[in-house]
Amino acid sequence: MKRQIQFTLNGKPVTADVAPHETLLDLLRDTFQLTGAKETCGLGLCGVCTVLVSGKPVSGCLHFASSIDGEEIVTIEGLETEEGLHPIQEAFYEQKAFQCGYCTPGMILMAKKLLEENPNPTEDEIKDYMVGNICRCASYAQIFAAIQEAASLLKQEKVKL
Amino acid sequence: MALGKSIRRVEAKAKVTGKVDYVMNMTMPEMLHVKLLRSTIPHGKIKNIDKRAAEEIEGVIKVVTGEDLQKLDINYYYGPAFRDQPVIAIDKVRYVGDPVAAVIAESVEIAAKAVNYIEVEYEEFEPVFQVLDAMKEDAPIVHDTIRPAGSFADLKSLLPKSGSNICLHYKLRHGDIEKGFEEADHIFEDTFTTPAAVHLPMEQHVALAYLDAEERMNIWTANQSPSFVRSEVSHVLKLPESKVRVRVPYLGGGFGTKLYVKIEALTAVLALIVKKPVKLALTMDEVFITLTKHATVFTLKTGVTNDGKIVARKCTVAWDTGAYADIGPRITQKSGFTAAGPYDIPHVQIDSYCVYTNNAPAGAFRGFGIPQLVWAYESQMDIIADKMGWDPLEFRKSQVLIEGKEHATGQIMNSIGFGEILEKIDDRLDWKTYRSTAKQPDQQNPRIRGRGMAIGLKAVLTPSISGAVVTLFADGSASVYSSTVDMGQGSDTILGQIAAEVLGLPSDKVRVVHPDTDVTPYDTITAASRSTFYMGNAIQKAAEDVKRQLFEFVSEYYEVSSEELELKDEAIFVRNEPDKKLAITEVIKKIFKMPAGSIIGRYVFESHYQSPDPETGQSDDVAIFWFAGGTAVEIEVDRETGKIDILNMVSLGDVGKAINPFQVHQQLYGAAIMQIGQALFEECKYDHGQMINASMADYKVPTFKDLPARSETIIVEDPHPEGPFGAKGVGETASFGVQPAIANALHDALGVRIKDMPLTPERVLAAIKEAEESSNSRQKVSVTNEAKGER
Repeated sequence: MKRQIQFTLNGKPVTADVAPHETLLDLLRDTFQLTGAKETCGLGLCGVCTVLVSGKPVSGCLHFASSIDGEEIVTIEGLETEEGLHPIQEAFYEQKAFQCGYCTPGMILMAKKLLEENPNPTEDEIKDYMVGNICRCASYAQIFAAIQEAASLLKQEKVKL
Repeated sequence: MALGKSIRRVEAKAKVTGKVDYVMNMTMPEMLHVKLLRSTIPHGKIKNIDKRAAEEIEGVIKVVTGEDLQKLDINYYYGPAFRDQPVIAIDKVRYVGDPVAAVIAESVEIAAKAVNYIEVEYEEFEPVFQVLDAMKEDAPIVHDTIRPAGSFADLKSLLPKSGSNICLHYKLRHGDIEKGFEEADHIFEDTFTTPAAVHLPMEQHVALAYLDAEERMNIWTANQSPSFVRSEVSHVLKLPESKVRVRVPYLGGGFGTKLYVKIEALTAVLALIVKKPVKLALTMDEVFITLTKHATVFTLKTGVTNDGKIVARKCTVAWDTGAYADIGPRITQKSGFTAAGPYDIPHVQIDSYCVYTNNAPAGAFRGFGIPQLVWAYESQMDIIADKMGWDPLEFRKSQVLIEGKEHATGQIMNSIGFGEILEKIDDRLDWKTYRSTAKQPDQQNPRIRGRGMAIGLKAVLTPSISGAVVTLFADGSASVYSSTVDMGQGSDTILGQIAAEVLGLPSDKVRVVHPDTDVTPYDTITAASRSTFYMGNAIQKAAEDVKRQLFEFVSEYYEVSSEELELKDEAIFVRNEPDKKLAITEVIKKIFKMPAGSIIGRYVFESHYQSPDPETGQSDDVAIFWFAGGTAVEIEVDRETGKIDILNMVSLGDVGKAINPFQVHQQLYGAAIMQIGQALFEECKYDHGQMINASMADYKVPTFKDLPARSETIIVEDPHPEGPFGAKGVGETASFGVQPAIANALHDALGVRIKDMPLTPERVLAAIKEAEESSNSRQKVSVTNEAKGER
């Protein structure tokens, strides 16, 4: 039995009919063709399906679509603006912080929340926060560097404002 | 100059914006979905399958079993070495997870539900799970007959034995092993084991197949070997290769699990049956049981003289290839022949056995069997050095294989940078000072430090073939047509750099076309760290073919010989005559008398090779090049918990020439980190044939918290005369030595020696306890108090 929900998706109001068992990840991928988030472990343990629900990173593979009524959803596709890449994307781009790229959208969204909570994270704080995002190619060294660069880019941006 | 520069990946922006087209994202109108029912028993006969209830479910199109396949005019079996794997189980199942039925439905959910309504009746046979048990004469037989595939030149000489689980026995005989042991003053014999492990690329195996309007089979697949998929699917479907089209976009990782045919034959057959697009995407728990890394048992008997020379080494390696051989026979042979290590040993005997069991199939895993071998021989190097009181680094240095030395296969080594690798290990571990300083462990501190090293040798896949086409367009941009798969290693970028270098183009004017068997020429596989060398060579020479055609025209135009011409910065000019210069675009315009047309260059690169003698494994030319790798680590182990932390890890690889140094560093680091998981915690656990930790909840891979506190990657460049600009390869080189380097450091720290992977805290604690018990029983009463104090 489907139910209609309304929410904001990457800044735009949308509606969708969702089944009770439907996950947020399936809704995004199948109904809205937003394929940046992907299902890897299917258990909420690898971080590949990470999306933001009203600012909070969640595992899209475990999150019921029916629960997002009224929420603001941000996916990797929502970060780039007409002015260009989001500073965190920019930092991942500059530091070449990926290989196969499958985990990258989840890494970027998780890093976004990390830097909102803690604009100057130490190396250990980055490790603790990002431990649930797995990169099997092991681009970890560059991801570290990217998060540190993003922190400094975001600070510069604040200065500009 | 495009070469030697760390340019950004061509697809970088798509990767940070989440816009890469992986097969997992692909859909088609009217596309149907598949879920598989898998065997719940390890070994047995299928007596009956009742699929009626499943087929009655709304949205289910069809349930396909082996019986349905027998009604089709197809070949049921596929495989790269032996055609031993059925498209779907026909009469027998051979492991827990063997596909038994495929449900085709309108949605994944409906297909998944319907799987539960299929009833299967089995007659169970006695299974065999341990590789050494499976080698026994009275063992249950997993395959009654074995059909050689004949697809690859290096595997044609392999003669499988029917009526045994040993599907390949590779032999190497070099010198006189008995004489060697007579010459030895000391003989060491040790057995080392490694467990099965899994690749776990973040993207699962996934394929989408459909018949087009011409009734050709089209397959989009996340696969590392599109050319092989085409030929094998054409064999299965009995279609000419021109009627099978295989396309591969970017992969979300591979590491060996996406090689050869995995789910492609089944997906294609299902598309043929329902005449609609069919997508089969495995879930992660299915990825675990689709392919594993070979578990091994390796017994190493080594004879040394009092003056520090290894004179004889006898290697007996058993590879658990599971229920289907996959590429196990090639690993058994090609990695098997390096089992005695990168040392100059006059008398060597190797027996390497590829053995069927009722475990999940095993195949290529980044390193291709080499890490399992290095684990044993580099652990034993330290065991010997320790017992004899020798410096383990000097013991290695004095007999390592360098330029001009003879390998146990009989081939003379060239372009092999072990000398520099050992020098750098020496330097980075500060080895001489470290060795000469007496250790004074703080008895109060449970955390003890130790240092260790290991080096390893791998032969590149030989023979093999890479074809490439380079097309230069009228506007001065170019396309490279190559069947190399970019699975994250960055081949699109470096192969483009090679073409740009030859054609004097900026690298952003060159595009590498993704594998499409309708368009891109045959390439053996994207694996074995072979693409830079093989495909790089093909592309370099195809680009030179384009350049030759341009020069031909310009030399006539200026009435000079081609030797006087140079191509640089998108223009051709006569050397020493700066006014005689034409832009590439002008040359094309003059050739075609209009600003249109294209110049096409092509090349098929084939390696030279001499097949090894089947009885002795001897060959003058068994590998077109060799990889030399090394690892140095400093660890800290907690005596109270058994946990090992890596303080510093240095990974070294001889890559010939780094085309894109950044990407080379990334490959070295990535391979080493992947091995940390294998060294410290990764292991597939089985219970009566069922993999009980087949989920990312129960099987952990390295995360941000498992990284070495410090790490360094060092590129060694010993250029190869036949490599493109001297380049060899790099994808696996840093994987070789990680496990034994850590075990050697553990021994350095605590004096305990572990011979079974992985080095889990439980195993380390047990080893500490065992060492203490044996030390206590030796020293009896007098030191009881001190021993207690240590605990």
